[in-house]
Amino acid sequence: MDHRTHRATRRIEGRSAAPGIALAPLVRMTPVKHDARQHRSAAEEHQALVDALTASQEALGVLACEAGDDEAEAILAFQIALLEDDSLTAPAFARIAEGAAAHLAWSAAIDPEIASYEAAEDPYFRGRASDLRDLRDRVLRHLAGEADQIVPAGVIVAADDMPPSIFLATDWREGGLVLRRGSPSSHVAILARSRGVPMIVGVDVDRLDDGSEALLDGDAGLLIVDPGTEARAVYRQRRAELAEARKAMASFNGPVQTAAGEPVRVMINVTGLAELATLDPGHVDGIGLMRTEFLFHGREKLPTEEEQYRIYRRMLEWAGDKPVTIRTLDAGGDKPIAGLTQPDDMNPFLGVRGVRLSLRRPEVFRAQLRALARAAVAGNLKVMVPMVTVPEELDRCRALFEEACAELRREGIAAQMPPLGMMVEVPAAALTIEDFNADFFSIGSNDLIQYVAAASRDEPQLADLTRPSRAVFGLIGHVVNYANRAGREASLCGDLAGDPGQVAALLDQGLRIFSVAPGALGPVKAAISGYSGPAA
Amino acid sequence: MNKIRASVLMRHEVGLHARPSVKLTKLAKAFESRIDLGLTPEGPWVDAKSIVKVMATRAPKDSTIYFRAEGNDAKAALEALVTLVDGDFQDGP
Repeated sequence: MDHRTHRATRRIEGRSAAPGIALAPLVRMTPVKHDARQHRSAAEEHQALVDALTASQEALGVLACEAGDDEAEAILAFQIALLEDDSLTAPAFARIAEGAAAHLAWSAAIDPEIASYEAAEDPYFRGRASDLRDLRDRVLRHLAGEADQIVPAGVIVAADDMPPSIFLATDWREGGLVLRRGSPSSHVAILARSRGVPMIVGVDVDRLDDGSEALLDGDAGLLIVDPGTEARAVYRQRRAELAEARKAMASFNGPVQTAAGEPVRVMINVTGLAELATLDPGHVDGIGLMRTEFLFHGREKLPTEEEQYRIYRRMLEWAGDKPVTIRTLDAGGDKPIAGLTQPDDMNPFLGVRGVRLSLRRPEVFRAQLRALARAAVAGNLKVMVPMVTVPEELDRCRALFEEACAELRREGIAAQMPPLGMMVEVPAAALTIEDFNADFFSIGSNDLIQYVAAASRDEPQLADLTRPSRAVFGLIGHVVNYANRAGREASLCGDLAGDPGQVAALLDQGLRIFSVAPGALGPVKAAISGYSGPAA
Repeated sequence: MNKIRASVLMRHEVGLHARPSVKLTKLAKAFESRIDLGLTPEGPWVDAKSIVKVMATRAPKDSTIYFRAEGNDAKAALEALVTLVDGDFQDGP
């Protein structure tokens, strides 16, 4: 009998970042330990570095073949070229000849390069520092005898942090993710929710052992290590419920209505074309939020008008005649973009982000508006602007949009002005909603909550304050009521909409359009169909 | 053996960034001649086969790139490099 079955169960609390439940072995991904090696003779150290460089080069070559997209390929080709460059490696070998250990010699050779990129004025070159760090660590991992960190399929991964690239490259199956850093609003969390991978953050991962059996409860923000019979039974029941809910979801394929027979529209939030591939447009009422910042993130250069146009157009083609709501670039805050956002913003969430940034970078904004105006001809496009605070911002966007349309027509290119709406996420905008010349409203509850509560959603100690409060529901009700009176649409696209436990409270406020992560479609539709009216 | 020289205006929209630098150094390595790259006719010169050195020039858009080469295939090397830069680093036929 396995000795593990006798271990004491441990409950570790974190914060929920993506719902769902998983029971699987725990795999701890550790950062590279730089001085874990034994120092041997110069000849041996020399050979160790040669081997590590060769192995890294081979691994990068394999990754480059599998990359499948230009940007990733370019970065990998750059890293491979660096490894092949004697002017980088020769100083390391020289240090080894003088008696240095291979890992110290390699770090000493590449660190000044990293520092010089970090100090570069051009944000593009500063961005390359992370490629060099990645390369340094890859070689160090080989030197330390650790193979490349490949995440096994179907396990619960515990790590300090995880870049989106690794998340996307992992086969999650019935597994899940536990991180020390990151937040429910991080890129990885957004990806986890959209792919139905349970995830929690804010966990002291050092206390976790490799190979233990663990139960991850993404809804409760809880990790149970070596769960006992009781916890396992709960798990089996929850799995059965989820399977039931999934089956129920199949019956929620079409339009949904409340128990009282009132129709409610449920749309989806997406970040790109990849998520649409596995979704049937017949199962949703459209795209309520397309986050365009993912098109801009982690790239060597900003996407061109043509590139954006093609992506927007394919989304419209996917949706047929259903609406596709594309949000203009919402960079800044927790979504920095190299070469665009201000790296020295003192307080990024209160800084130059969303529309504030777009209006200050007209050349980037103009390319996006032109791409959108061209795409508008191809389907039921709606465009919304993030972080609007005062009416003038939206007026300026509208003027720029009209200008872009006129310009395109002068060039003989078909273009059209789509309905232009706004995100409602700044309390000042919610309070004076009647002053805005918006064709529709979309409430961004994530930012609205943290701005109303003056509490960061990334601060675990303040989790209580960032739960939706009466103040938040009051503002939501205010916006929805005004929209109904004015004959305009109001939807809600934040995480609040995707939480089945909050659906009734939102319906109470008069909300009738929800936009949720694809993974939340079934549970939310189920909650809507069970709603029979405001509690007396 | 004589050094031969060439120069070309680089119009690539992002300057001498990773992708163009990788292409340039790869092409330079295909030749056995010693090839240097500089941003003025007088240098300072860096090894055009080293990605570290080429990227370190931080050459912005609209810089003129100067090459000098020495070796058996120097002439062919500079022709190829000028064609690459002049063609905006597109993949050749």
